[in-house]
Amino acid sequence: MTDTSATDEAPEQLRVILAKLGLDGHDRGIKVVARILRDAGMEVIYLGLRQTTDSIVAAAEQEDADAIGLSMHNAGHMTLAPAMVKAVDEADLGTPVIVGGIVPEDDIQPLLDAGVAAVLGPGTSAEGVAQAVRDAVAAANA
Amino acid sequence: MARHKRSIPELYAAARSGERRALGRLLTLVERGGAGADQISELAHPDAGRAHIVGITGAPGAGKSTLVGQLVTDLVAAGRNPAVLAVDPSSPLTGGAILGDRIRMDDAAEPGSGKATAFVRSMATRGHSGGLALAVPLAVRVFDAVGYDPVIIETVGVGQVEVDVVGAADTAVVVMTPGTGDAVQANKAGLLEVADLFVVNKADRPGANDVRRDLDLMLDLSHMTGQESETGYRPPIIMASALHGDGSGDVWDAVEAHLTHLDEADLRAVRRRHRIRTEVRARLEQAMAAAAETAMNSERGSQWLDQAERTEIAPTHATNQLLDVLLSDPEEH
Repeated sequence: MTDTSATDEAPEQLRVILAKLGLDGHDRGIKVVARILRDAGMEVIYLGLRQTTDSIVAAAEQEDADAIGLSMHNAGHMTLAPAMVKAVDEADLGTPVIVGGIVPEDDIQPLLDAGVAAVLGPGTSAEGVAQAVRDAVAAANA
Repeated sequence: MARHKRSIPELYAAARSGERRALGRLLTLVERGGAGADQISELAHPDAGRAHIVGITGAPGAGKSTLVGQLVTDLVAAGRNPAVLAVDPSSPLTGGAILGDRIRMDDAAEPGSGKATAFVRSMATRGHSGGLALAVPLAVRVFDAVGYDPVIIETVGVGQVEVDVVGAADTAVVVMTPGTGDAVQANKAGLLEVADLFVVNKADRPGANDVRRDLDLMLDLSHMTGQESETGYRPPIIMASALHGDGSGDVWDAVEAHLTHLDEADLRAVRRRHRIRTEVRARLEQAMAAAAETAMNSERGSQWLDQAERTEIAPTHATNQLLDVLLSDPEEH
């Protein structure tokens, strides 16, 4: 045994960044999601409003985040979500990007095709939100 | 794509050369503890020891994060390379946490137009306060070793461990606000006794001067009762309004002045000694707690426990027997 440590390793703890990207002030939903993920036992690094792809990538690096959750309520998702995925790829982070909020049915598949790990619309249960995060992290680490 | 699996020495070398992602990963391993954290500690130890370690604490909502955001923005502009460790509580029920300090540090954390930025890491207390006492000093050592200076630790000053962590810094800053109590509160022991300087934040609000007066009075009493340091250092009280950017320059000047005082009075080594003792004690206590758990679950241990539970022997008797088990059987740890 090379394990000379006096204490044992703690189990892995999921760390999730939550942010609003760009000019979108509707932050009631993201605060609810932050609470849902906290209550699911995750550590939520809450960045709040008016973030950029650069600021989110910087936070993901420094915080060693397992997933990035974006809340979108201003119809900017088709532009912003793929831009986020691209920024994560360019930084070679491998962090899954999950989108929640108001996304029309027709836009979901194109977002998934663009590399978004999951799209969570209104009515997703708390357990559904937490499970989607766990699944996205598991898929990214597979 | 799966996350790169790099060895700890590879991560450490990359972090030393300035790769933030590698440093972020190392800090995760520090938080997990165990053999990985020990290895990181061994690697970082020879390279650490240069950074000025500043602890900032105060009640929730006192404006610590906003103040830290201001400080590191100024520090980066002055060509320094600051790191921040922002500690927030975990839920004792679910183990989850909402770490919201970064949103108060927007200018510090956001890379605008390619300018250098501070490294900000959020850390949750993860329920067991003992873990914090282990993870914080090691995370600070890693920041120090890879070249960050100063290293600022921000905690909510509510628990003994948080107070210990801040009290073990080179410079401990306590942030107060108006409207949170009178001189009696200011005299409650603990938090205030570790302060090397006080910040009265939200100084634009009514009552700020009352807080200043109460703190002044408390410091006068410390002088009268001989609690003041032998070198005659008296913690200054800085008025600030971090949200408006007022006073953060004064705060940093006072932090620097305190460091100068430590150097001139030859006290920096004393602080370091205290810090190392605090960390080693915390690590030992954690290890002993684990050993106690193991002893209770061992075959002989559970026999004594069973007897105590059947009230055949007193709990004190069982404890002493267990202590024998624990001390006589180091292999079991």
